[in-house]
Amino acid sequence: MVKIDAIMGWKKLNLGAAITEPGSASLFKTGSWRTQRPILDKEACIRCGRCWIYCPEAAYSPNGDGYFICNLDYCKGCGICAEECPVGAITMVLEEI
Amino acid sequence: MLPAEAKEFTGFKARELPEGEYLVPGHRACQGCGAALAIRMVTKALGNRIIIANATGCIEIISSAFPQTAWAVPWIHVAFENAAAVASGIEAALKVLMRKGKIKKEKITVLAVAGDGGTADIGLQALSGALERGHDFIYICLDNEAYMNTGIQRSSSTPYGARTTTSPPGKKGIGQVTWKKNVAMIAAAHSIPYVATVCPTYYLDLMNKVKKASLITGPAYIHCLSPCPTGWRYGTNLTIKIGRLAVETGVFPLYEIVDGRVKITHPIRRLKPVKDYLQLQGRFRHLGDEHIHEIQERVNKEVAKLIALEKFGSFYKTALSYF
Ligand SMILES: Cc1ncc(C[n+]2csc(CCOP(=O)(O)OP(=O)(O)O)c2C)c(N)n1
Ligand code: SF4
Ligand code: SF4
Ligand code: SF4
Ligand SMILES: [Mg+2]
Repeated sequence: MVKIDAIMGWKKLNLGAAITEPGSASLFKTGSWRTQRPILDKEACIRCGRCWIYCPEAAYSPNGDGYFICNLDYCKGCGICAEECPVGAITMVLEEI
Repeated sequence: MLPAEAKEFTGFKARELPEGEYLVPGHRACQGCGAALAIRMVTKALGNRIIIANATGCIEIISSAFPQTAWAVPWIHVAFENAAAVASGIEAALKVLMRKGKIKKEKITVLAVAGDGGTADIGLQALSGALERGHDFIYICLDNEAYMNTGIQRSSSTPYGARTTTSPPGKKGIGQVTWKKNVAMIAAAHSIPYVATVCPTYYLDLMNKVKKASLITGPAYIHCLSPCPTGWRYGTNLTIKIGRLAVETGVFPLYEIVDGRVKITHPIRRLKPVKDYLQLQGRFRHLGDEHIHEIQERVNKEVAKLIALEKFGSFYKTALSYF
């Protein structure tokens, strides 16, 4: 695992500074950037998947029953999913500090 | 000529989109980034048998904070100007390695990714060279209409009237004083087999065009309007809506050119006024009615030209017959 706080000496670098662990950026939780969070009203959801396909963070994933669940570790709170949901099933609420 | 495989491809279905993510969560793009969203869709459409050459710019920076990477596919960071040249090299190397039996024979899509600065400005000659040599690759320009990664400087793809840090409006100017360069048509002038314009708002259209581009042999050029809340000055939730308005006002028409034949893929006969698109963005806020009128006239002309081209049929063959 590549730790983000590790300071790497040049001797430890791969040739060409190649990174060999795919997708390691997921260790970095961008959820802390958020000031608002999306809240889903499952009753209203028509399971169209628009929130999932329109999320720039790929924060949503299908849960198997046709619903899409947001991973708050990564959601940056942009509000696109709430804006684009055709039935208004998502509301953005302020994060409490 | 379209290979049989491309003709058989009937398109993605909204309810059965591929689940794979190749630009993983944890990338550092701004909230609501249209370019990050677009490249997420592009890689979703292509799957994991791809190699990406990515010119420096927002997408390169936000995906590769050392020692981490947000890519789950082979990816190389290249200079500002040479995404197309590096992609050419990768394609040629794959061909040789497969011919010599050093790697398994299979279909690997080579994808060059660059911003509008890396495409319309500094990368244009590398792009032209690669298109002219006929490499089998896809080039995608993530057009956020300025040099965003270095702080919103104008490019030749910045639209007329837009405020950037190097095209500030004031007593002597209205912002950007030149009209947007049409790189998709420049690419088409190389008589390559596939050219398309896309926008992430129309995700099925985007994914279908990208997939089609990968099924066609030879160079494909895709120009992607990528709304950018940070540089265009609008609320982060509006990225999809702004893209929709760009298409519905005719500012950014969606079309494809297959073997020279232009096909408009989203109807543009009844358009909304360009004001609807402009007024949502801080970069156009200083424009008065006369400038908005000027932009409207220009858009009308461009749209009429595109409709005429579609009627005209294949313009490659006609152009070639002149020689
Ligand atoms: C030769 C060279 N000149 C300047 C730079 C600095 N630089 C890095 S990215 C960039 C702007 C990129 O703009 P664009 O291609 O539109 O991509 P965006 O960041 O907007 O996605 C510049 C000027 C560089 N890396 N190399
Ligand atoms: S966009 Fe709205 S209706 Fe569609 S799946 Fe998401 S929450 Fe449900
Ligand atoms: S608010 Fe933005 S980042 Fe968060 S889940 Fe919705 S679209 Fe994704
Ligand atoms: S500046 Fe614009 S294009 Fe660049 S990461 Fe931010 S939103 Fe995306
Ligand atoms: Mg740019």
